[in-house]
Amino acid sequence: MAGTAHAAHDAHDHTPRGLKRWLFSTNHKDIGTMYLIFAMVGGVVGGFMSVMIRMELMEPGLQYFANPHTFNVFTTGHGLIMVFFMIMPSLFGGFGNWFVPLMIGAPDMAFPRMNNISFWLLPTALALLVISLFVEGPAGGLGAGIGWTAYPPHSTTGHPGPAVDFAILSLHVAGASSILSSINFITTIFNMRAPGMTIHKMPLFVWSILITAFLLVLSLPVLAGAITMLLTDRNFGTTFFTASGGGDPVLFQHLFWFFGHPEVYIIILPGFGLVSQVIATFSRKPVFGYLGMAYAMVAIGFVGFIVWAHHMYTAGLSLNTQIYFVAATMVIAVPTGVKIFSWVATMWGGSIRFTTPMLFAIGFIFLFTLGGVTGVVLSNAGIDRSLHDTYYVVAHFHYTMSLGALFTLFAGWYYWFPKMSGYMYSEALGKLHFVLAFVGVNLTFFPQHFLGLAGMPRRYADYPEAFAGYNYWSSVGSLVAAFSTLVFFAGIAYAFMRKEKAADNPWGAGADTLEWTLSSPPPFHQFETLPKIKAEAHH
Amino acid sequence: MRIRSRLSTAGRSAYLAMAFALSAVAGTSAALAGTGQPSPWQKGFQGAATPIAEKIHWFHDILLWICVIVTAFVMGLLLIVILRFNERANPKPSKTSHNTALEVAWTLIPVLILLAIFVPSLRLLKDQYSYPKADVVIKATGNQWNWDYQYLQHKAIKFTSSMVSDEDILKKELGDAKFSERFGKIQGIDRWKALYKEAAPLWAKHKLVRLLSVNNEVVVPVGKVVHVLVTASDVIHAWTIPSFGSKVDAVPGRTTATWFKATKTGVFYGQCSELCGKDHAFMPIAVRVVAEPVYKEWIAIMTSTEIKSRRERFERARKVIEKASLEEGGLQIADASKR
Repeated sequence: MAGTAHAAHDAHDHTPRGLKRWLFSTNHKDIGTMYLIFAMVGGVVGGFMSVMIRMELMEPGLQYFANPHTFNVFTTGHGLIMVFFMIMPSLFGGFGNWFVPLMIGAPDMAFPRMNNISFWLLPTALALLVISLFVEGPAGGLGAGIGWTAYPPHSTTGHPGPAVDFAILSLHVAGASSILSSINFITTIFNMRAPGMTIHKMPLFVWSILITAFLLVLSLPVLAGAITMLLTDRNFGTTFFTASGGGDPVLFQHLFWFFGHPEVYIIILPGFGLVSQVIATFSRKPVFGYLGMAYAMVAIGFVGFIVWAHHMYTAGLSLNTQIYFVAATMVIAVPTGVKIFSWVATMWGGSIRFTTPMLFAIGFIFLFTLGGVTGVVLSNAGIDRSLHDTYYVVAHFHYTMSLGALFTLFAGWYYWFPKMSGYMYSEALGKLHFVLAFVGVNLTFFPQHFLGLAGMPRRYADYPEAFAGYNYWSSVGSLVAAFSTLVFFAGIAYAFMRKEKAADNPWGAGADTLEWTLSSPPPFHQFETLPKIKAEAHH
Repeated sequence: MRIRSRLSTAGRSAYLAMAFALSAVAGTSAALAGTGQPSPWQKGFQGAATPIAEKIHWFHDILLWICVIVTAFVMGLLLIVILRFNERANPKPSKTSHNTALEVAWTLIPVLILLAIFVPSLRLLKDQYSYPKADVVIKATGNQWNWDYQYLQHKAIKFTSSMVSDEDILKKELGDAKFSERFGKIQGIDRWKALYKEAAPLWAKHKLVRLLSVNNEVVVPVGKVVHVLVTASDVIHAWTIPSFGSKVDAVPGRTTATWFKATKTGVFYGQCSELCGKDHAFMPIAVRVVAEPVYKEWIAIMTSTEIKSRRERFERARKVIEKASLEEGGLQIADASKR
């Protein structure tokens, strides 16, 4: 911070208030809090859209969407909002901002003002996306029904109205926000670790944020390029993706997935790091195979860049191209397996306390394993021929990057809630939340495997009667999951009303990272004297 | 503008075709339960009707076992950990954080499993791309929201294949005048609901399947290699028949290809598999596989220079198919009115 040395004596007296504290914030914890609140808003909007999708699909025939285009707008909005305005702002922006400086013993982020603009670009981006819902897309329909993948020509000539332009600008702004915060994280982690904290002593959560930041910096510019070309194809007569002008619609798919595949690891990697902290804490054991865990994430990040076309097996790729992408995709299972087994090994021999965050972490291992094995099935182009664009894929990616990421998010929320707020949450409400969420999401998504195998395509507002049975239960599951979210919010409200003070370290001996050495909540500015990490201390 | 004009043409041609189309499918075969179309509560793929689909199923069954074993193994470990290493059962945690042998093992064993999977995966993929010499070549063009087909060895055979909607079947049942009298004033979502409800009992009666049946089916001979060249006129669509194990994107400006060799007669359905706009869910694909002589007869009528009216040609072609499938025993369509 600009005045770290000066702030050393009077930080507590000079906590800014009101607009100055929040709108102009340069404090990593306040910005982290704003990210988390923003993610809750995004989650409620995106969640509402998903419940509407499931309500529509509860029975065959159309029940709510008189124009099926509006249904497509909802699937598009749900996807974009959950990815860019819920999971990323919470796991990466929220927890990253709050805990990276705390865990490496730094007073704040490297570029506090850039941190401020990184956050405030996001509400701007969300506003643009919301505007796009209410302006014309295709003739006679409002909003962009293009899917989060936005394939042309559906997103160009298929949507002559300005809705897609607003969605593109929204992604541009959200992307700029992520690139800025990634630069900030990389600089902070490389330069501001406390004395003695070598790279190989960093907590795994910090590792995961570092790798995620690199993925963002490397992949987002490609997305930005692709959607800029989309924008000029739409408005300025270029033909990058139009065959009749010498372009190629499939080129966009390559560019999109060159970003899109790393993006799914951007979503899950912070959760990987976070779950390692939670499991080690509540097993009262150090993380098993720390280096293997760290470099497994590096490997996943690297391989994540060279597998993109497995999303395009049916696009007409040559046989040899498909063979390569099958082989490369399968490789991902190896580091992922290392992580799963290392988490189990961390618990093995431990003295486990089944607190709410630990339950969510174990739930995550279950969900991610299930989503992982179906990923191996899908990696085979020969089988993906039958499963591509069916509900099997929907089930697969929700088990991994949405439920998996969501469960790590809740694990992190309950784990760090006492530290962030200074209050203990209610274990009873937390556990109720876990049980309802676990039952709800499995009921929602497990039957979708069967729907996919039976051939039900994705992004359908209506389906043949034969698919009705599983769809009904899937929709019931989504209501259970939606109810669990109410319990989550009730738990927060209750904790703030009850005001039960949390200890500096409520989790005991297993919680040995630096944030637990501070008060709960931490002071407005921390580590005015830098902590020293002893050489013999493990990470 | 472009969209709107396309819509109206598509709508008109679909409507014209309807007259003969509805009865064309009526009374004819569907397929064995779960083959050619989904069946309620089915847990696996739709039944295979080509050697490729059989290979897909075989490979998938193996993978499913591997999935089950791996998942059960991890769940088993979790269960042991939960029971044996909880706070009460094990108050003093160990401090073990490394075990090189174990770490090497859980890296290498998955590699071996993946290698074992890769071999049959490669074989399946190569089979899918083997493209045996074609007996029949059909061009499929995806439009918002129907399919155009052309038989490339008989270029005169071309038609549009559109879904039979709730509205179509009700108009057929009630007649246009009575239809507009009953549903003309209902708007928005209420119209969808009313049409759905009123049409529901009619599907089984006409032996049609809601959202899958089309006015003009693609007709192909059994046991012959059919190449389908796929493209699109507006946005990307995807042509697929699950029972054939075929799926390929229809990309404007590009021609992609898939092939199949059907081993069973009957009608086989698929649904557009790339998001293509408002009626993405309403542009199914239907392929009718018939015996070779029936196919020849059908081709003869479709290409005959003596038949002058398009309507008559399609009427007569329809009768050929209908007669053949009745003679075959008229495999039953699953009762679509039940959920």
